Formats: sequence, C-alpha cells, structure tokens
Amino acid sequence: MKTLEEIHKIRENKKKELDLRVNTNADTREKHILVCQGTGCTSSKSPDILKNFKKILKEKNIENVRVIKTGCFGLCAKGPIVIIRPEDTFYAMVTPNDCEEIIQTHIVEGKIVERLLCKDIDGSKAKSLDELSFYKKQKRIALKNCGVIDPENIDEYIAFDGYKALETVLKEMTPDDIIDILSKSGLRGRGGAGFPTYKKWEFTKAAEEKQKYVVCNADEGDPGAFMDRSILEGDPHSILEAMSIAAFCIGANKGFIYVRAEYPIAVKRLQIAIDQAREYGILGKNIFNLGFDFDIEIRLGAGAFVCGEETALLESIEGKRGQPRLKPPYPAVSGLWGKPTLINNVETYANIAQIILKGPEWYSSIGTENSKGTKVFALGGNVNNIGLVEVPMGTTLREIVFDIGGGIPNGREFKAAQTGGPSGGCIPKEHLDTPIDYESLKEIGSMMGSGGLIVMDDTKCMVSLAKFYLDFTVSESCGKCTPCRIGTKRMHEILEKICDGKGSESDIYKLEKLSKNIIKSSVCGLGQTAPNPVISTMKYFADEYREHVIDKTCKTNECKALAKIEVIPEKCKGCGICQKNCPVDAIEGEGRDIRRINQEKCIKCTTCISKCPFKAIK
Amino acid sequence: MDEKVNCTKCKCGKEDKFLKKLFTIYKPNKDNLIQMLNEIQEHYGYVPMYVQQELSEFLKIPMAEIYGVVTFYSRFSLEPQGKYKISVCLGTACFVKGSQKILDRLSERLKIEPGETTEDVLFTIDQTRCVGACGLAPVFTVNGEVYGKATVQDLDKVLDKLLEQEG
Repeated sequence: MKTLEEIHKIRENKKKELDLRVNTNADTREKHILVCQGTGCTSSKSPDILKNFKKILKEKNIENVRVIKTGCFGLCAKGPIVIIRPEDTFYAMVTPNDCEEIIQTHIVEGKIVERLLCKDIDGSKAKSLDELSFYKKQKRIALKNCGVIDPENIDEYIAFDGYKALETVLKEMTPDDIIDILSKSGLRGRGGAGFPTYKKWEFTKAAEEKQKYVVCNADEGDPGAFMDRSILEGDPHSILEAMSIAAFCIGANKGFIYVRAEYPIAVKRLQIAIDQAREYGILGKNIFNLGFDFDIEIRLGAGAFVCGEETALLESIEGKRGQPRLKPPYPAVSGLWGKPTLINNVETYANIAQIILKGPEWYSSIGTENSKGTKVFALGGNVNNIGLVEVPMGTTLREIVFDIGGGIPNGREFKAAQTGGPSGGCIPKEHLDTPIDYESLKEIGSMMGSGGLIVMDDTKCMVSLAKFYLDFTVSESCGKCTPCRIGTKRMHEILEKICDGKGSESDIYKLEKLSKNIIKSSVCGLGQTAPNPVISTMKYFADEYREHVIDKTCKTNECKALAKIEVIPEKCKGCGICQKNCPVDAIEGEGRDIRRINQEKCIKCTTCISKCPFKAIK
Repeated sequence: MDEKVNCTKCKCGKEDKFLKKLFTIYKPNKDNLIQMLNEIQEHYGYVPMYVQQELSEFLKIPMAEIYGVVTFYSRFSLEPQGKYKISVCLGTACFVKGSQKILDRLSERLKIEPGETTEDVLFTIDQTRCVGACGLAPVFTVNGEVYGKATVQDLDKVLDKLLEQEG
C-alpha cells in the first residue's frame, strides 16, 4: 500500500529520471536503450536482442546505460526496432547479432551505426523517429506511452502523469462532472459503432441498482487489426486507470477485462499491471484513502469473433456460449448477471485519463465537427509502412496510405482500402480524399470499425475478397438467428459459384436481395453488417463482378477456375526458369524455345509469373 | 503427452492430479466454465470426454451445456492435437499477401484439411485469424513459433525438417 504522498514522490523522482525518454536535450549522462517487445517484434527475436544488450553491457562493465523493454513503436514493418535515448536514434530491423556493434559504435565511441538506420520512403536515411515520414502526420494520444515506458513497471506509468486523473476525479469531481467533461470532449466509442461515450456512462449511472459492473471489451477479433493489443501490451495501466474512473462515475466496484486468449503477451502484462496496482493500493479497498473500492479481473475469450458484440461478450463472461441477447434492454440497464453494466472498448478507455487531465476543450479541438480526437489504425496489406498509426479524425485516406504508409510496394497501383474488417467495406481510388470520420465512412459504404485498414493493390480480385470476408462471417456466425446463420452461408455459396466461373447475372441480383434481407432482420451487429463487404465491392467494382459472370474471366488470376496463365511470346527469352519452378510440370518447351503452358496440367499457382525475370507470363 | 492419459475414469487407474488441483483452485460456480476449459485445453491439448463429465459433476451443469460451450469456441477441441500444430494466419493482412497459397500447400503435403490432424498425430493444420504479426505478413506458426514473410518454399523447408526429425 502506498499513500498519496508516496505516489507523488515516486512521480517526482521518476519524472526526472525518465526525462530523457521524451526530451532530446535532457540533462543527463544516462542512456536508455529501448527495445520493442510488442507481438510483431517479439516474433522476430526482439527478446533475444534485449538479453544480448544486457549481457554485453555487463561484460563490458558499462554503467549509465539501461536496457528497457517497451510496447509497440508502430512501424512494425521495420521491426525489430531499437531506439536509443535521449538522442532518439532509431535503428530498424535489428538482429541479436547487431547488439555488439551498436554498443561498441554507438555507446562506447559515440558514433551512429549507419547501416542500421531506417530507410525512409524517399531513400534517405532517417536518424531519429521524428525524421521519419511515417510519424510526421501522426498524433499520439491513445498510444502516448506506447514505446516510451516499460509496460511492466508501474512507476514509469506514474512518472508520466499516470493515475493523476484518477486522483483528481476522486478528490475534486462528482460523477456528473465527469459525464459533463466527456460530453464536452465529444469522445465516441472506438469499438466500431461510434456511440457517444458520455451517454453510455450517463445511462449506466442513472440505473438504480446497488451492484453495477464496468467491462473493458478487449476481444479484438477483426482479422488484420491489432490496435487494442498494442495498447494493452504497451500501456496496460492506462486501461486500469480509465476503468477505475468509469467505476467511480457510474457507482461500480467490480470490473472485468475480456481479452482474447490469442494475445498471450497482452494478458500477461495486464495481469502484471493489475497485481502492481493492487500492491500500490490503486486497486482494491479504500483507494488513496478516499473511500472508493474497485477491483478488476481478467476474463479470457476462447476464440469467437461474435464475442466482440457487447451482449455476446457478457454471455461469455458468464461462462456460456457467446450468443448475443436481444436489445433492449441494453447493458446499461441489464448487463452482467442482469445488473447495469458499462462496456467500452480498449481504445476508448485509453483516451479517458488524458481528457480529464488536459480538459475537454483540448480534446475537442482535435478532429472534425462530429468526430473528435484521434483514431488508431492498424495499417496493413500492400503498403510499404505496415504498422500502427494514430491520426486526428478527418485525416484523408490518401494521407494515411501514401504520406504515412509510404504508398504501394513493387510499383503497383492502389486499388482499394478496406476498413472495418468483416463489417466494413472497400473504399476505391475515387474516394481516397475522403476525410476519415464516422459519418463520411458510412456515407461511402464502409465504416470506422475498430480500426483495421487493409490496403490492396491491383493484383487483388474484389470478388474473391468479398468471398474471403463472407467465409469469415459464415464460420463466425453464432447461429442464433436464421438470417445470419443461413443467409451468409447462401451468400458465400453464390460467391463461390461466381469465382468458380459458374455464376450468372441473376446471382448478382440474388446477392443484392439477400444482403438487404440479412441487414434488416439479423439480431446483432455481426449479421447486420455482414453483407457490407459484398455490397461495397458490388457498388464500386461492378465491372469485376460482370467480368466474372458474363465474360468468365478474372483479370487478376486470383480466381483459379477463371484464370488463364499464358506466356507472352514476344517477351519470352526461352530461359526456362519458369519450367524449373513449375510444381506440376505444366510448362513445355526445350532449350531456347518459347515456352508454352499446358492449360490442362496448370494448377494456376502463379509461381511462374513471379519467377519470370522478363515479365513474359501473365 | 505423457501424463495426459492418466485419469480417474480410464483403465489406468492413476489419479489425474491436474484436474484435482483445478477443482481446488476454482469454486464450483457456473461462471467459471470457460476459464476452466481454457486451462484444460492448455494442459491436455484438447478437452477429453471424461474431463467434461467430471466438470459436469463439479459445476452441476448438464453435459450437453458443456459440450455446447466446447464446440462453440474455436480454441477448444474435442480431439487430441498433433505434436506439431501448424497454424496459417488467414487474417486480412496475411490473406492479401498470399497466405491462402501456404495453407493450400500445407493441406496438399499433409493430405489433411485445415482443422484436421494426421493419423500419426504428428501434425494438426489450423487456420487462425490474425496473430497480430501483420508487419511480417504472411505468417504461419509452428507450435507458436512465428515464421514471417513466408513463402511456399519456406513452408516446404520447415516441413521437410520436421519430417526428417521424426524419421
């Protein structure tokens, strides 16, 4: 147990000690080597890098240098990433073998290891994080501490004003003050639907019941989305603090974090954070001696996408099949075990403490008229800078894909961007300049969703993409209501038929009609949004559907049954590389002959296309 | 896989210490079902039938309900898993970078469909949703170890190596 005075003291001392993390001119002789330990970098051996650094420092007896594990820096494509502070040198794609050189050259001799600097899009080598174009248009609020602090050390969180908002709230505010602040800030739920956060809090507060609950939805199921995971891994205390504030506001004393079991690092760090907070008396009975009780438990999900839906999530916490409940009653009235329950998404919570500390005016000055603040996107797919980006609402898709994301690799062209995962839609080239906020995305047939943003180049077939998403919905539909359970299955079958070259024009009409019916009659958000990928691709890429059903061709060769791979005789030099690489010996010809592809044998794996040095196969 | 067959209900007669311990950690409260199943899956690699029966008695929940929960969540399986669990990520980021080809190749080589286990219980193919390593797409994992920026050739190499190890 720590008293408030003791916590203030920790903050003061640590703040000085950690100034070098955020201030390049910090007055210190110390250096901190920050090594990313997010899931992406961990998969490429960053724990070994951490160990190596520590070992070498010990061997060489170097003092004043500390090695720190941090959360995600965001630029996952260039991982593993190592940053040295205070000078803010950014080393990319570091391997465990590079540690020796970094310590010798950078730490001992004071020179930069040029070959490990990160190459920017224009080819120049960036020395620091701020010099990289990837970071220039970003504004970090929810990710503020990610990559700055050690997520497994509560003192570092406290140093950067951690738990200060909770103290302010408990000492100086009434629940109505908090709701007022949230209302003025304009914060909306970051889980997908964008419901105003203050309203949820207000409704749950208004419910007359002794027992209430606060729940954090960390069941990030969208394929290709990892925003929430990075926050949990990089800054778990910010979620605990926000949940405590929420509990005080609505009058709850028990909280649950429902997190995917597929995120082992996040689960581990959350548990460490909870244990530390309990030890400091920030969770538990009589917090800060101010008469407020609150505690949090982790509940693991077991791999069901539908559990991201709030009522299905509640069922799952209760130990049952995760099937959604009918609404109303909303969870604010009847949630966990029938008691009023407040559910917010991870990213929503990550904004709360800062809104309290910096004020609602500051927050609402960022973003667009109806969508305030920032949004974190997981940028992935065919784009150069894959990673996590946080931008002010209203940033255009073009800025995200080209300025931050660095454009499309291999000289290909942008075809579409997909937001909102299986519930969202595809955004074509002509809408690249749409400012991204809740309303404008809805207008063009997509949705904000939780923040997955997948970029696709011109080698992607949109019909097959729609099929991919439907395949996902079919296997994740919980089966409770018929339109979703059977409707999505039928849609998937039709799409399969089209991709197999057996579709007809009436199938397109059937898809449209089915979509409408499923949207109208499904019980929960999963079914109501499941047809979106089909509707949006049919709207923007109608030609492609027509080619599939009328001309029976797939230009991208992705639909194997429709693909026809051929050698362009004028370009073929007869080198035979394609022949050597063909797994089924479908390529005929000898010596310097121009090669032919035997269509009967060809399995359309496209290996030859990627192997041909003369681009003579298409 | 050593102690996994030892149980109270099979013929070996040995006591299942894990289960006994589990029943002391958790209270016989219905809400704990999924948490307990998560630990059981982790320990045994699947949820054996006799464990479901024990759970049913402990938590006072009908078997049917437990079976319903086990089959609802993709993390739980009713069959033993292979020694090597190869999971191919089919999250969107990996999918657009060609992970389907890797999965197809895996099925072709092991002659089983995704979700199935080879007869010798060596390999299980699993198609997972996003493992979060989108920066390395496409990825596949072997018992949790991530192979990033993977190609069909990489997969072949890994499979060859594993097959050689196992003779």
